[in-house]
Amino acid sequence: MPTIKELTRTGDLFTSGHRACAGCGGTIILRLLMANAGKNTVVGAATGCMEVVSTIYPYTSWDVNFVHNAFENSAATVSGIETAYRALKKKGKIKKDIKFIAYGGDGGTFDIGLQSLSGAVERGHNMLYLCYNNGAYMNTGIQRSSATPFGAHTTTSPAGSKIKGKMQQRKDLTEIMIAHDMKYVAQATPHNWSDLSNKINKALALNGPAFINVLSPCPLGWGSDPAQSIQIAKLAVETLYWPVYEYENGKYKINIKPKKPKDIEEFLFVQNRFKHLKNEKELIDKIRKHLNEKWNELLNKEKCTN
Amino acid sequence: MSKKTWKEIDIASIINKPGSAKDFKTGDWRSQKPVWNEDKCKQCLICWVYCPDSAITVKDEKMTGINFDYCKGCGICAVECPFKAITMVEEKK
Ligand SMILES: Cc1ncc(C[n+]2csc(CCOP(=O)(O)OP(=O)(O)O)c2C)c(N)n1
Ligand code: SF4
Ligand code: SF4
Repeated sequence: MPTIKELTRTGDLFTSGHRACAGCGGTIILRLLMANAGKNTVVGAATGCMEVVSTIYPYTSWDVNFVHNAFENSAATVSGIETAYRALKKKGKIKKDIKFIAYGGDGGTFDIGLQSLSGAVERGHNMLYLCYNNGAYMNTGIQRSSATPFGAHTTTSPAGSKIKGKMQQRKDLTEIMIAHDMKYVAQATPHNWSDLSNKINKALALNGPAFINVLSPCPLGWGSDPAQSIQIAKLAVETLYWPVYEYENGKYKINIKPKKPKDIEEFLFVQNRFKHLKNEKELIDKIRKHLNEKWNELLNKEKCTN
Repeated sequence: MSKKTWKEIDIASIINKPGSAKDFKTGDWRSQKPVWNEDKCKQCLICWVYCPDSAITVKDEKMTGINFDYCKGCGICAVECPFKAITMVEEKK
């Protein structure tokens, strides 16, 4: 497990001068990703905030080889590069050991990029796919995705007097990835930087595909105080909104088990995207119940696989 | 930076200068400014981990200050510092 001091030695491979909003969680995740991955890395990105803000021509925040092609195929693109690398390595034309990372937002991963991600994983490419999950299509102005949580206001699931935001539960992509029988799948947050670093290192050390779903606070889309981005990620774990766990070689492990979970309202009402739920007791109960069910399911899975 | 015409842009719009975003300063976005109290700082480097803009400067594993060319004044460092060594003040321009 790297210490912060060790991480500072890598230098900034994801540099300042990007145009993300003040307090954006996605950029904290990418900095940490690169501090752990190091220089010999190729990164590919799906369109979305974290691609747009970091590669506005002629500027780039990437101090490693970086490729962008389209919204739906970062996993396909990187798996192609990884295949070419293996071929060239076999011929002795490349000597270096190179790591491969693809990333995307939740729109680019849960929705439009799901088929290319699934295909890349099934083919078994040697790469880490990281989803920075801010729970909506933020870059185009906060549209709902299948990762948007129940009750959240977005511009395409607006909260009104009759319909109170998105009326569907979010998709559980982490479990869908586990169903691919991958060796390594995990959920994390930037607040638990050391846990996230561990997971990145495990994923990159693997021979084969790995997937990490990282909760990514978004002050603009969540209607939250930029200064609180990390505290909100912490609350997400403490309220069971975002379980921090991993699935490694067939075994579940919940990395953080809150001794006395906080009530979900503590997470919801530091964000304007949920403010219309303030007096909606039934809807909040529905969220609470869903989260408790998912948490118990996870505890059971941990028990059954260990 | 002078504008290029499409004829001068490299094939596939490749950017040949890695990390060139450092030439773009984001410090003028700030409405609040972090102030670092070196005496209270215990060099835990938590602010470095969480700063979204890599604006916490570190040399030989020690925090040396804040780079105002890039700091957007989000206030995360002030909230997260376990020793309250960073406080936010209004940015006067
Ligand atoms: C095929 C295609 N459809 C639509 C778009 C427009 N578009 C650009 S970014 C974006 C939203 C990305 O959302 P997400 O993946 O959740 O990342 P975020 O912006 O939230 O970080 C969309 C819809 C596009 N670039 N390509
Ligand atoms: S809209 Fe959200 S995800 Fe996009 S840059 Fe701003 S804070 Fe980050
Ligand atoms: S205020 Fe925000 S951008 Fe500025 S140094 Fe602190 S964490 Fe970094």
